Amino acid sequence: MFVAWRDMLFAKGRFTLITSVVVLITLLVGFLTGLTGGLANENISAVQGLNADKIALANVAESTSEKDPTFSDSQITREQAKAWSQAEGVEESTAIGISQSRGETDGHSAALAVFGGTADSPSQDEEVVISQTVADDLKLGSGDTMTIAGEDFTVTDVISERSYAHTGVVYTTLTDWQELQQRMGDPDSYATAIAIKGDPADATSIDAEQGTVTANSLTALLSIDSFRSEVSSLLAMVAMLFAISGLVIGAFFTVWTIQRKADIAVLKALGASNGRLRADALGQALVILLLGVGLGIALTAGLGALAGAALPFVIAWYTTALPAVILVILGLVGAGSALRSITTADPLTALGSAR
Amino acid sequence: MLTLQDVTLTFPDGQSRHTAVNDVSLTAEPGTVTGITGASGSGKSSLLAVAATLITPDSGSVRIGDVETTDLSPSQTATLRRERIGIVFQQANLLPSLTALDQLLAVGELGPGSAPRGERRTRAAQLLDQVGLERAHRARPHELSGGQRQRVNIARAMMNDPEVMIVDEPTSALDHARGQEIIGLICSLTEALGTATLLVTHDLDFLPRFDQVFTMADGGLSPGTAAPPLR
Ligand SMILES: Nc1ncnc2c1ncn2[C@@H]1O[C@H](COP(=O)(O)OP(=O)(O)O)[C@@H](O)[C@H]1O
Ligand SMILES: [Mg+2]
Repeated sequence: MFVAWRDMLFAKGRFTLITSVVVLITLLVGFLTGLTGGLANENISAVQGLNADKIALANVAESTSEKDPTFSDSQITREQAKAWSQAEGVEESTAIGISQSRGETDGHSAALAVFGGTADSPSQDEEVVISQTVADDLKLGSGDTMTIAGEDFTVTDVISERSYAHTGVVYTTLTDWQELQQRMGDPDSYATAIAIKGDPADATSIDAEQGTVTANSLTALLSIDSFRSEVSSLLAMVAMLFAISGLVIGAFFTVWTIQRKADIAVLKALGASNGRLRADALGQALVILLLGVGLGIALTAGLGALAGAALPFVIAWYTTALPAVILVILGLVGAGSALRSITTADPLTALGSAR
Repeated sequence: MLTLQDVTLTFPDGQSRHTAVNDVSLTAEPGTVTGITGASGSGKSSLLAVAATLITPDSGSVRIGDVETTDLSPSQTATLRRERIGIVFQQANLLPSLTALDQLLAVGELGPGSAPRGERRTRAAQLLDQVGLERAHRARPHELSGGQRQRVNIARAMMNDPEVMIVDEPTSALDHARGQEIIGLICSLTEALGTATLLVTHDLDFLPRFDQVFTMADGGLSPGTAAPPLR
């Protein structure tokens, strides 16, 4: 790194420029991932809160043009729920009702999701446990009363933030959920999904037999329509930014290396090994990347904390450290593409006047 | 000691090949300067490139001490150049980002097996003083005159205490008086450090200062100054 360090200090302008580009790309990636994480949480935290190992949905492939199952289309029957609860390797299986509705109190009204029959649900009918957003939106606390689809419920508890498809969540018993479905014009509903704990021995054949589709709980999140559409477009942007950062770093180092090819030839004539020259070039790239990405992530965290009040924004390892590591790796890959110019620099050109 | 025996080097030239060095034999003893003169394009730089292991000849033998260099891989010749050969380039070829002192220290960073940093620092400072750059240790190339750059170039070649020194037209970018100084410097360093020095020059005035003199013409080497240089 002897020459590499001094090059960086000497050509401050250039290296500041490329470091700034890395900072900005990192900021962009950090912001997008933070936002993606925030939007994702608003979509999925209630489903994650089920703490299931696997989730079974009804297979609607035959009846609709959609090929993947979705929470909004899924209808689980009593028979399907029973079959799953008796399946080998299943420790616990719970039929869960999920639907979207509105909640009202005197003077307030808000969209919400109703989750029936979960571990967070109240033990008695006509009671609800609500998530913080619902409490905030409807100005509710424990002991208050709220109305969903014309039916009154008593709030027994307020739990930390849970949401589903961008709305807060109200937990009811499965019976109450079914009754609400009936009021909303769907009298035959039994449940929407089955939350499974344990490791079913033969999920495939039960699925085939029962007309269900079982996925691990992470994959199942993709069956939430709004989550899939939002996250896939945002992640596509993030992926594009990753590619851009790799290409930008690669282009910078390719030009940089070609510009100093004469110097490289001199160093080789003096006896520098290819390995040492390559390590120096990668070291240089690593310094720029660590500096740029580090600064970018610090800025993301700072600005994200500020934006967090107005935007759904998540600051967690998977929105900071993970994209940072990916950016550094892709940047190094980009810089690696410039190494060829080092190998091909001919020390013979250092001799004579042809410089 | 540097020994070349029956060395021939050709370059591709259109459909055929151009013989740049034709069956050259030469021995350079430690502590002596071997001067080579000759017309432009006669193959002097090509001969130096072969002697400096920068290119492998088509045939013949090039030995540094008792190491036959024509059998070595590129990475082995790199090590050999690092450890046993000093090269003074025609253009000073200094790295723009480095101070004079760093130009010399960089030589120790090119590969494994160099002396401890403190030792190298002392040697680099001594060498710069020896070539008359006591006051320019911290100057970068753009802050140095042509003659001063050439002095750094020479000091750098001496940094790894080479057995063989290869010098290509060190005075071509300098006026005659500066040229005299540079040639004098190379001759005194050769004596002081006991290197076998192979030096190419256009300037016939310098020839009396060398221990032996050859003339190159059309790739062939002959003793003395038979052919007057063109240009
Ligand atoms: N890398 C090369 N590729 C092809 N031809 C070369 C190369 N280097 C030198 N030559 C040719 O070899 C001949 C000798 O060149 P050179 O050794 O540079 O001569 P000098 O140093 O005496 O001026 C010239 O005709 C030159 O064109
Ligand atoms: Mg020449």
